[in-house]
Amino acid sequence: MASAEVETPQPALHTNPNGGGISEEAAESTFQEVDDSDRIVPAIEFRDVHLGFDDRKVLNGLSFKVMKGETKIILGGSGCGKSTTIKLVLGLLKPDSGQILVDGEDITNHTEVEMMKVRKNIGMIFQEGALFDSLSVYDNVAYRLHEQGVPEAEVEEEVRRMLRFVNLEDAIDKMPIELSGGMRRRVGIARALVGGPGVVMFDEPTAGLDPPTARTICELAIKLRDLEDASSIFVTHEMNNLDYLTSEYAVVDDTGEIIYEKEGERLCLTNTKILMMRDGQVIFSGTDEELRKSSDTYINKFIRGY
Amino acid sequence: MNIATRLLIEIQETTLLAARALRGIFKRPTYINETIAQMDVIGVGSLTIIMLTGFFTGGVLTLQTYPTLKYYGAQDQTGYLVALSLVRELGPVLSALMVTGRVGSAISAELGSMVVSQQIDAMRSLGTDPDRKLVMPRVIALVLMLPLLTVVADVVGICGGWTVATTLYGMAPGMFFSSVRQGITANDIFGGIIKPLVFGLLIAAVACRQGLKTEGGTVGVGRSTTTAVVTASIVVIITDFFLAKALQVLLDMPT
Repeated sequence: MASAEVETPQPALHTNPNGGGISEEAAESTFQEVDDSDRIVPAIEFRDVHLGFDDRKVLNGLSFKVMKGETKIILGGSGCGKSTTIKLVLGLLKPDSGQILVDGEDITNHTEVEMMKVRKNIGMIFQEGALFDSLSVYDNVAYRLHEQGVPEAEVEEEVRRMLRFVNLEDAIDKMPIELSGGMRRRVGIARALVGGPGVVMFDEPTAGLDPPTARTICELAIKLRDLEDASSIFVTHEMNNLDYLTSEYAVVDDTGEIIYEKEGERLCLTNTKILMMRDGQVIFSGTDEELRKSSDTYINKFIRGY
Repeated sequence: MNIATRLLIEIQETTLLAARALRGIFKRPTYINETIAQMDVIGVGSLTIIMLTGFFTGGVLTLQTYPTLKYYGAQDQTGYLVALSLVRELGPVLSALMVTGRVGSAISAELGSMVVSQQIDAMRSLGTDPDRKLVMPRVIALVLMLPLLTVVADVVGICGGWTVATTLYGMAPGMFFSSVRQGITANDIFGGIIKPLVFGLLIAAVACRQGLKTEGGTVGVGRSTTTAVVTASIVVIITDFFLAKALQVLLDMPT
């Protein structure tokens, strides 16, 4: 069932199935990036991945691709294998069978030492932020750079730049315990983005946050996708996250400010696809419009809640 | 899985963890700062309890043995007996048990909380090997600090014995120490330092392993802390017996 619905590589930009074209400015700014031969190699690819813990099957033949520059939203109820999928990409877990490729490189049988190199290009944002309690916000964000022995002056510059990106420069000297839930996640995002990873993964980043804070987190994901050209996996089960990510795009206006615009009725500019999982399998893969038109009862129940 | 299989797996995993932590000991990054910080927490931090334990153990040894020795007219040998018991057995074992309670539980709880709050996963995803960043400094610190703490316990314990002998039993101040000097050999001291080296390694490996395998939220942290302390204590006492026998043979002590 799963393999039939696996998508084939597509160009990063796609048009709305309802028809319509692409505005000239958008085409200009986006197509420059897209015309790149290594883009046909997916950033992440799963090929028939199986994984079980004891007697329980968590992933049952999972296959999908995340193209370069694309944001893939993974939807699904609790316990359907979403977080496990992300851990597999990082090599924190190993599959029982199947293949996992990151940037075309087969990481399935990589040792921990080999994985360290792959992880350098991956930024991971954990559910609760997973900040190091014993380190200040500065040291948390600087963690990767400190480990690499980067000179302190460069570290400080990069940390401040990243904290500005998540709008938290004021909190630089605080300890994680002093931060609110939303701030912790944003520090987690800043920490994951240090070093400019090509792939960013969000594990339910908005769970338990109030709507404005959740919106801020989604804006960061949109900013990453549209302005930093990162490929990402965004695991969530909240439908408003999906609305933001599939309908809005970030642009820089004349004054240099980043603004978020909604895509038009006839135009789909956002490079975001949706993957829906159930019982360790893909039950849907496609755009948000296709998801909403789906006749599957489980999907409908998931989207509308009844 | 039956209990024997589980036990074997635990022994294997704990050994592998210690081996992985120590294999890259000279590789960069060396984590010297972390190691020194752990030595401070483990060594300096445990000084007070070790001194208290040592002093009163030495004291009670004198208290209990002096009357018996006096009955046989051998009260001038009190210092020798107290020092020998402390240096060979009580110093290493009691220090190891105190450090297990104070440090082993802390290590296990800290690492366990880090597992539960996904900090270990975060560390790995940021390209750091937790076996080297977290386990190695703790193992090195314990292996280096426990022998030093044991020596402190021995010395303070002998002083405790002397205090009781001179104040409660009215022994001449010089007599206690002269019997200590005459009785204790270099081999006793050597054996008394080998033991805590081994205990330090065992306590650190068990505590780190129990912490890192924590699962099941905060309840799991409590469970792994308990397991760490109980396991490490038992391992220390059992190992002590076999080490004592091995040292008797190796150092050619009178049996």
